[in-house]
Amino acid sequence: MVTELARAREIAAAVADPELPALTIGELGMVRDVTETADGIEVAITPTYNGCPAMGMIALAIEATLLEAGFSRVAVRIVREPAWTTDWIGAQAREKLRAAGIAPPAPRTAGCLAPAALACPRCGSAETEEIAPFGATACKSLWRCRACREPFEHFKCH
Amino acid sequence: MSATIPVAETPLVRFLLGRADDALILGHRLSEWTGHAPILEEELALANIGLDLIGQARALYAFAAEAEGAGHDEDDYAYLRDEGQFRNLLIAERPRGDFADTMVRQALYAIYAEMFWQAASQSTQRELAGFAAKAAKEMAYHVRHAGTWVVRLGDGTAESHARAQAALDRIAPYLDEMFDAEDPSLAGIVPDVPALRPGWDGAVRALLEEAKLSLPDVPFPQRGGRAGRHGETLGHLLATFQHLHRSHPGATW
Repeated sequence: MVTELARAREIAAAVADPELPALTIGELGMVRDVTETADGIEVAITPTYNGCPAMGMIALAIEATLLEAGFSRVAVRIVREPAWTTDWIGAQAREKLRAAGIAPPAPRTAGCLAPAALACPRCGSAETEEIAPFGATACKSLWRCRACREPFEHFKCH
Repeated sequence: MSATIPVAETPLVRFLLGRADDALILGHRLSEWTGHAPILEEELALANIGLDLIGQARALYAFAAEAEGAGHDEDDYAYLRDEGQFRNLLIAERPRGDFADTMVRQALYAIYAEMFWQAASQSTQRELAGFAAKAAKEMAYHVRHAGTWVVRLGDGTAESHARAQAALDRIAPYLDEMFDAEDPSLAGIVPDVPALRPGWDGAVRALLEEAKLSLPDVPFPQRGGRAGRHGETLGHLLATFQHLHRSHPGATW
């Protein structure tokens, strides 16, 4: 039998990221902890970026989803330590990113800031080049593939 | 609530406000490019870099609010302090100028800020350390972007070189202030700021060499931002920035 806390954890982790709707906040590695306190359910999340404008929306979505699922009191706490890293994005989530046309981040190394070439998420070719280091959001850069001629986004390592 | 707020500035509160103000004011300067950047990709980059900085400011104001314990929030600090209460470095408030001014300032500041936050990620205060680790990664992307432009402009055409060198000459008097020490009572929480200088000098020397630019001698370095002594330009920025909030208290849309 699933405990109420485990159910809350599952529901919180399944909330979609507003800027990457293909992924859940659980898959992105943002959910630190779900606990039961005297004040109800507390969900601790780590922001992917200090200035992530989606944090407010994510917190609201967690609260709304849990309230809808029957939990009466819900609080969201922001935890900044340890800092989030793209290394916390799971393997399955990386595949989902690729399927959504976004080249997933490389493992965090010294050189990952400026990758020389990325595999095109559409055709797999390594004949790609960076167009702009910032895209529609700060966490992505813009690339194009010289083989299939398609532009694509890259989730930068962080 | 449109009246100026008093802030009880302990050394920690003053430090946090200083760093938050650096990020807010510089972020605002970058936001001024929205709709005016030379190409679409730059529009996105400058807005995103500004967003990173304003995001950093928000988190730092939240830390300051907790440290002050007077019930203030990020909006109170941003909108309801007067010019003399702002603790930002003078380099942050300099006008955005032309594209060379913006990129030269951004590179010199970002190289500094990446080193500062990297060092601050060892802070004994854990939430600040986590924030700093994240901020350092953000700054690394700013360094790369602005640094690339400094080289392109400096080692570009005669016109772009002259304008990049003029930008460097204009910002040079505001560099020393970045390395002024923080209050000694904050040792452990806050890094040893003067100790960052040799590393910054080396990184900047390498960048400027590649860009074929040279740092001028500065007979009279300017400082005073941390003490609230600002140039004329900050007042104008704040008038734009704070006007709506102060004229229409509590307005939402």
